[in-house]
Amino acid sequence: MRLVDVALRNLRRRKGRKILLMLGLTMGVATVVSLIAITATMRADVATKLDEYGANILIVPRANDLSLSYGGVTVASAAYDVGELSLADLDRIQGIENARNISVVSPKLLGAISLAGRSVLVAGVRFEDELRLKQWWDLDGKEPSTPQEALAGWRLAQALHLRPGQEIELEGQPFRVAGILGENGSQDDDILFVDLASAQQVMGKPGGVSLVEVAALCTECPVEDMVEQISGVLPQARVTALRQAVTLRMETVGQLGRFAIAVSVVVIAIGALVVLTTMLGAVAERRQEIGLFRALGFRQQHVMRIIFVEAALISLAGGFLGWLVGMGMAILLAPQLANVTLPVAWDWWLALGAIAGALLIGLLGSLYPALSAARLDPTNALRTL
Amino acid sequence: MTGIPLPFAEKGTMIELKNVTKTYNGDSLPVHALQDVNLEVAEGEFVAIMGPSGSGKSTMLTLLGVMNPPTRGHVFVDGIDIYSLGLERRADFRHEYIGFIFQQLQLLPYLTAEENVLLALAIARKPRGEKAARAREALAQVGLAGKENRLPYQLSGGEQGRVAVARAIVNQPPLVLADEPTGNLDRVTGTQILDLLRDLNHRGQTVVMVTHDREAASYAHRTVNLLDGRIAR
Repeated sequence: MRLVDVALRNLRRRKGRKILLMLGLTMGVATVVSLIAITATMRADVATKLDEYGANILIVPRANDLSLSYGGVTVASAAYDVGELSLADLDRIQGIENARNISVVSPKLLGAISLAGRSVLVAGVRFEDELRLKQWWDLDGKEPSTPQEALAGWRLAQALHLRPGQEIELEGQPFRVAGILGENGSQDDDILFVDLASAQQVMGKPGGVSLVEVAALCTECPVEDMVEQISGVLPQARVTALRQAVTLRMETVGQLGRFAIAVSVVVIAIGALVVLTTMLGAVAERRQEIGLFRALGFRQQHVMRIIFVEAALISLAGGFLGWLVGMGMAILLAPQLANVTLPVAWDWWLALGAIAGALLIGLLGSLYPALSAARLDPTNALRTL
Repeated sequence: MTGIPLPFAEKGTMIELKNVTKTYNGDSLPVHALQDVNLEVAEGEFVAIMGPSGSGKSTMLTLLGVMNPPTRGHVFVDGIDIYSLGLERRADFRHEYIGFIFQQLQLLPYLTAEENVLLALAIARKPRGEKAARAREALAQVGLAGKENRLPYQLSGGEQGRVAVARAIVNQPPLVLADEPTGNLDRVTGTQILDLLRDLNHRGQTVVMVTHDREAASYAHRTVNLLDGRIAR
C-alpha cells in the first residue's frame, strides 16, 4: 500500500461524483479542442481556396503617361504603353521562388474601343483564368466558349441595351454577347470582356498585355515577399499587393481565432471552478478519513499528494476523452459552421495540449481543496470531540 | 498528583505532563478543559483515564497524541518536548511513536482488513513485501489470520475492533492511545479488545486508555481520574 494506492482505491468509491467531474472536464476540453481544430481547418482552407477571394497582386507596366484606371489602380493608357508586358512575362512569374503559392495568373489587355457609337473599355482576358479568379461573378447567359464570344458588364449592358446572344461588332469584327454579368459594384460593371487573343488582334497589339492579376497566398511568407520576387523577374513592371481580399478573409479567421481563445479562457476558468467545488465537496465528505490519515502520521504533503493523484487521474481521462469528442465535433461541425471543404486534420500536438491542459486545470482547481485537506485538524478522526 | 506504582519505578518515563493547561475559546467564556495538570506515565505502564463527560479526558488523549497543543505547559513523550516540533515533524512523531485506537474504529470501508492495517505503513519507506508481511503478522497477532482480504462489512464488530488494534500496532509504536475502545462494542467483544490491549502491554508497549467503564479501567495498572480539567486526588 502506497499513497497512490490509497488514491486509486478512493477513486473506485463514489464513482458518480468522479464521473461527473470527468464529464465536466471532457465537455470543456471538447469545446476548446473543436474550436481550435475548426479554426486551424479554416486557416488551411483559406490557403487552398484562395482563388475564391480574387487577386491580391497586380502587375502593371511602369509608365509615365497614364489615362485609364482599373480597380482604383491607374494603369497605362492603351494608346501609349501597351506592350511593355507580354505573354512571355507570364512564364517568368511562374518561375519565382514562391510559385507554388500562386493560384491564378490572369493577364489582361485593356483598351478603349468604339461600340455602337460609344467608347467602351474592353478587357481581353483568358476566360478560364478570369472565371476562376472571379468566382463571385453572377452570369446571365453562358460562359464564353469561342474566341468570338464576349461578356458584358451590367452597367455597360444597360447603357447599350445588350442581351445574351446579341451580335455586336468591334473594329469591324463580329462578336456575340454570351452573357451579361450581374451588378457587383466594381469596375467590371462597365467593361466588355473578350478573349485575350481576339482583343490583341482587334487592338493591333499581338502578344500585348496591359496588366496581370495574380491570386496568391503565402501562409508562411508575406505577400510582400512575392511582390518582391515578381518585381525581380519583371523589372519593367510595377507590382502592387492588393491585400484587401485575403486580408479580410484572414481577418475573419483571425477573429474566430481570438473568439476561440476567449471561449477557451472562459471554459478553462469554468473547468477549474468545477474541479475546485467538486474537490472541496469531496474533501468535506472525507474530513474524518483525512483526520485518520493525519492521526496515522501522514504529513500535510502526503494528504495533498493523495488529492492531487486523484485529480490528475480524473483530469487525464477527461483530457483524453475531451480531445476525442472535440475532434468528433470539429469533423461534424466544420463543414456546416465554417463552410470548409478540407478535412479536419488530426494534430497530435492538439491531443497532447488537450491532455496537458486538462491536467493543469485539474491540478490548479485542486490546489485549494488539497491545501484545506492538508490543514484539517487530525482530531477530526476522533468523533467524540 | 498520582504517584507511579512500584513495578515501574525503575523504568524510564514515557509520558510527562508539566503544568499543562488547555483552554478553548468558547462562544462567550473560555472553557478550561485541562488546568495545571501534572502527570507521569512510566514506560510499559497501562493507564486508564476516567472521568465524566467534559472532564477533559478526550483533550488529554489528543494532547498526548500530538494533535492538540496545550495553551500552557509542556508535554514530553520519551523525553521529547513534542509541541516544540514543527507541524510536519509532529506528523512524523505520530507515525513513529503512537498507535491510535479510535472509538469509532475508523476503518476505511473500501479497504480490506490487510489494506486498512497497511494504511498505517503507507508512508513508511519499506519494501512492499515487508509491509505486507508486517500487516499479516499484526493481523495474526490479533487472531485475524485468514481474514486479511475481507472488507470491514464482512467482519463482525469484534473483528473490526481487532483490525483497528492491528493497525495501531503494525508500526510497533512505543505508545498506544485508545479512545473508549469498548464504547461501541458488546460486552464479549469489548473484553476481547481489552485482553488484546493487556497483551500489548505485556509485550512492553505503554498503553493509555480513555474510558468511562470501571471494568475496562480495571485492566489498567493505574487509573487517573479527571474532574473539571484537574486530576482528582
